[in-house]
Amino acid sequence: MSDEVIVKLNVNGRDHKVMVEARKLLSDVLRDDLHLTGTHVGCEHGACGACTVIVDGAAVRACLLFAVQLEGSQIVTVEGVTPGDGTLNPFQQAMQDCHGLQCGFCTPGFVVSMTNYLDNNPNPTDDDLKIALSGNLCRCTGYRGIINAARTVAGLPVPANAADGSDH
Amino acid sequence: MNTRLTAGRYVGQAVKRIEDPRLLAGRGRYVDDVQLPNMLHVAFVRSNVARGNIVSIDTSEAKALPGVHAVYTGDDLNPRVQQFWHTMIGPPIEMGGQTHYAPLKPLAQGDVRFVGDPIAIIIADNRYIAEDAADLVQVEIDPLPAVVGILNGARDDALVHKEKPSNISDTMPIPEVPEVEALFATAPHVFTRRFHQARATNVPMEPRGIVVHYDRYAGDMQIWAATQSVSEWRSSAARLTGLGENRVRVIANDVGGGFGQKMMVTRDEAAVIMAGHLFGEAPIKWTEDRRENLMTANQAREEIFDVTMAVTDDGTLMGAKVFFWEDIGSYPAGAGAGAGLAGGVFPGPYKFPVVLPGGSAVFTNTVGKAAYRGPWMGETVAREQMMDHVAYELGIDPIEIRRKNVIKAEDLPYTTCTTMVYESVTPSETMEQALEMLDVDAFRAMQAEARKEGRLLGMGLAVYIEPSAIAFGILSSDQAIMRMDNTGKVIVAMSTGNHGHSLETTIPQVVAEHLGCDINDVVLVQGDTDSSPMGPGTGGSRSAVIAGGAAQTASLRLKDKILQIAAHMLEASPEDLEVNNSVVSVKGTPAKALPFAMIAPIAYQMPEMLPPGMEMGLEVTARYQPPGPFTWSNAAHVCTVEIDAETGHTKILRYIVSEDCGRMINPMVVEGQIAGGVVQGIGGVLFEHLVYDDEGNPLTTTFLDYLLPTAPEVPDIEIGHIETLSPTLGGYKGMGEGGAIVAPPAVANAIHDALRHLGVHPTDFPLGPSQVLALMNEAAQA
Repeated sequence: MSDEVIVKLNVNGRDHKVMVEARKLLSDVLRDDLHLTGTHVGCEHGACGACTVIVDGAAVRACLLFAVQLEGSQIVTVEGVTPGDGTLNPFQQAMQDCHGLQCGFCTPGFVVSMTNYLDNNPNPTDDDLKIALSGNLCRCTGYRGIINAARTVAGLPVPANAADGSDH
Repeated sequence: MNTRLTAGRYVGQAVKRIEDPRLLAGRGRYVDDVQLPNMLHVAFVRSNVARGNIVSIDTSEAKALPGVHAVYTGDDLNPRVQQFWHTMIGPPIEMGGQTHYAPLKPLAQGDVRFVGDPIAIIIADNRYIAEDAADLVQVEIDPLPAVVGILNGARDDALVHKEKPSNISDTMPIPEVPEVEALFATAPHVFTRRFHQARATNVPMEPRGIVVHYDRYAGDMQIWAATQSVSEWRSSAARLTGLGENRVRVIANDVGGGFGQKMMVTRDEAAVIMAGHLFGEAPIKWTEDRRENLMTANQAREEIFDVTMAVTDDGTLMGAKVFFWEDIGSYPAGAGAGAGLAGGVFPGPYKFPVVLPGGSAVFTNTVGKAAYRGPWMGETVAREQMMDHVAYELGIDPIEIRRKNVIKAEDLPYTTCTTMVYESVTPSETMEQALEMLDVDAFRAMQAEARKEGRLLGMGLAVYIEPSAIAFGILSSDQAIMRMDNTGKVIVAMSTGNHGHSLETTIPQVVAEHLGCDINDVVLVQGDTDSSPMGPGTGGSRSAVIAGGAAQTASLRLKDKILQIAAHMLEASPEDLEVNNSVVSVKGTPAKALPFAMIAPIAYQMPEMLPPGMEMGLEVTARYQPPGPFTWSNAAHVCTVEIDAETGHTKILRYIVSEDCGRMINPMVVEGQIAGGVVQGIGGVLFEHLVYDDEGNPLTTTFLDYLLPTAPEVPDIEIGHIETLSPTLGGYKGMGEGGAIVAPPAVANAIHDALRHLGVHPTDFPLGPSQVLALMNEAAQA
């Protein structure tokens, strides 16, 4: 058991001070110590993207970082990219409209990475979008609704399907 | 393109999902999000050899580590187990049941039987310390040769389970029927092929997890779990511990996917339940990590199919014999279950005069088999590939051999040679719709042009009929407990669960449609044994059909009582009333009206205003059992591919589905289920392969080795619908599994079409670049 250290983190614009082991992963500190359970852990080896958070403007895997590395950084989680007033951000809203989620476990990772990507790349091509999505794994949707959500936000054409046209 | 029924106010509409905002905001409630006061954490010590005798286990160092509360081995937990079996499968043979179970014990005792076999369980302050302690447990194992491979296992050179007489858990020989032997002996053509699926696994994005809180003074156990079936888990936990079922509460809030893997309590979860029961002090949590999930959670699809088909010169099917070999690993979740059903549904969409099925389920020193989205689906994988092999042998187009044999509208009702009865299916219609969506002639022209340039294009077609909503035993029914509250709003409690099926939206659609209320006035409560009725949970493409039927029946019962109260108050006959938007009114006299919000308080608070003799309150229950053991749905898939001749890489150009799942409650949700299933099916052919070496070591225990499809690999899936009503209450048919069942042969057949002129005739999965290149090289040297 290694010694605990005090770590100061800025998460979603708020300063936090936590006492954790130096080996504790950012994903675990966010979830266990700050109770921000929207950051999900799907693989713990940096492959699935469910734990994606934004650190100083870049989308990164929270399961590949130690919290102690993040002193002085600005960390934004899914809770931070959500407006907070009960509404959804444009990519989140497009995900609902396009049926981009089923079980919802991978969803925060997609929301964080694509919100960040579309903020920084407002005019992507269809191929750009798919490559941007390739760092996140989803097992439920076959990516159909997720790709269409990204297309919607990017203003790219979305293939027609029977799910269109609801007024509910 | 679509042959659609008229949609209702809610049923048939692409209603946006009610559950989405919380999940999108990161405010879902999954089992690992459960944080309780004094909660401790669990890690396992697991075997690193596939087969061997445990010489010694030394836990002293682990127990001495600060922060460790308990270390339990099989000697501690296994003797405390009262019973270990699954409600859905039934009790084991030795208890009067019909199922050959593996000798289930939570932890290994005496010997280990696969890599990952749990040997000891640690309870510690946090997961980090628990894993430190797991590293300190000294286990000495004397390794023995492992049993790896179905056919190796069947030879019984060594036994996986010493308690069993053979590695063959279950076997059903192909029946010997002299008339059929004569038919095969005299048929114009008889072809035999051996097809091999590759071991794949469900891979829910949320690994397994369970929190167990047993308080030895309170005497009750509360469990939060990532499960598809809280009822199954409550019963299992009660059986394991000897607690009464009424002393066990199981809660599944949001569950991050299951696909069959989270249906049963497996050994790992049983060990946590038993550890929590023995510990009795504080809640304990086990969250599986991905390495554990890929190494020790149940797997599927390691199967061999030996198919023999007799046909006439023009491709008319005369009969088939099919033998299913399934690798059920060491501790399957349930038993080897696929072969019996797979044989029965092998005829699928075709008019086979006779099919003789058989099969063997074989134990090996690998992780056990579980249901995975269409557990019997090998029949479609084998049959649909075989149709193409037979067509090419005869020089017939694979489309034409299907047209010649497929069941058409005029054949219905149709009883297959295996005694399955189809009433409302559309295999021919969906096949034609899918082919029209492709434009076969245009594709063939493009294929021919491409071939002149040395490019390899192919198209694959696969057709199937699916036994959805299987209704045997505990699977036979679902219940709705429906209450209208004092303000006219509705809560419906069901035995379903939320792991991606959108029931929080689709069940309220059904209720609002049939009760006549606003959908926003309906809430589904599920996944909690204290508030939900007993039932099998969500899986097996059942919830729309069976839970939907229960929700519809309860809605109509509740509406009936509301109408009786309203009729009494309005001095009208119930038949003269109608309901719109939660308001009861006299037909033709809209001024004479009562909203639900006025009727409900009367039912609870003003007995003098109720019809004489009526029981107070607005609470109803309904349990729905569909009319038959299966509700048949069907689909046809068409896939086109281009194969890179240099690398063997397969790119999917188009993927087309035409499906008939009866009346669609929510077409958006239907299409979501199809797309997800199709991509899992594509993954099983092109990317996913859980590999064991000859010593039984798993070689693919990370996502860098076990490859899931990602966004750039998947095509835009084009979907056509044909809606024909099933004989069930709502006219619904199950469709959760179909995409994953029929995509594999559609992709394989497309690859076959692209390469057959080179002499390549694939039969085995996976068909990744290296396998395709190997087949091409082999054919070039032949």
